[in-house]
Amino acid sequence: MSDGHHHPAPISPVEARARALEELLAEKGIVHPDALDAVVTAYERDIGPMNGAQVVVRAWVDPEYKRRLLADGTAAIAELGFGGPEGEHMVVVENTATVHNVVVCTLCSCYPWPVLGLPPTWYKSPAYRARMVREPRVLLREMGLDLPEQVEIRVWDSSAEVRYLVLPEAPPGAERLGEEELASRVSRDAMIGTARL
Amino acid sequence: MTGAAALPRRNGELVFEAPWQGRAFGMALTVVERLGLPWAEFQRRLIDEIAAHPDAAYWDSWLAALERLVIDWRLLSGEELERARRGSG
Repeated sequence: MSDGHHHPAPISPVEARARALEELLAEKGIVHPDALDAVVTAYERDIGPMNGAQVVVRAWVDPEYKRRLLADGTAAIAELGFGGPEGEHMVVVENTATVHNVVVCTLCSCYPWPVLGLPPTWYKSPAYRARMVREPRVLLREMGLDLPEQVEIRVWDSSAEVRYLVLPEAPPGAERLGEEELASRVSRDAMIGTARL
Repeated sequence: MTGAAALPRRNGELVFEAPWQGRAFGMALTVVERLGLPWAEFQRRLIDEIAAHPDAAYWDSWLAALERLVIDWRLLSGEELERARRGSG
């Protein structure tokens, strides 16, 4: 029997804690709700794998850029205007026909925000974090990437300061395609290393 | 705040499953910056939380690490936080 009022679902304990914390920090002038909104919007809308895709594609079409990217990831990525938190120590690792790179953070969720945005839920899961270092070939196969035995798998653990970006192999005929067309083919998962293009 | 379905999904999936997670994320970045700390100060508390509660939901661990950080750096006291939780829960 409805009494005509809308009763919102009770908020969860963790959400209540988050709200309480924000209220307190706002009261003390440490956070400002509008500034928080801006941060959230930036990471939902503006900062994401479309950035990394631009980096990848530039490396595909410009061999000199690729050389700089592999030598100093942070500087080369900054050339395209990307940088900031969690991107201060970038290392770009190149896939080849015989080497496949994959990135994990075994202890938490370290991830190269400026080029990939925030990590997906599976990247932060205990199973991914533990298994990728222990049994990468099996886990990758479960995730849909079946690599032949002769392909060497290199697993990069981001738990320290360095953040890694995988440079996937360029598709055949890349030099004939425009950068925008190429960028649309670069998936986030290929830049983490759980997929190939 | 509009519903989850309205959130932009340029990356193909929701970045935050619930608005409070985005708030917690923003708060961590803001607090670290305000205190002039390296991100590692928050990160190591996140690592500790995850290690202590490996089955906890990720953003729950994140929030706990943030609470730890603000208390350790004396932005808030444990009592203030507890009182505020009781008031808004």
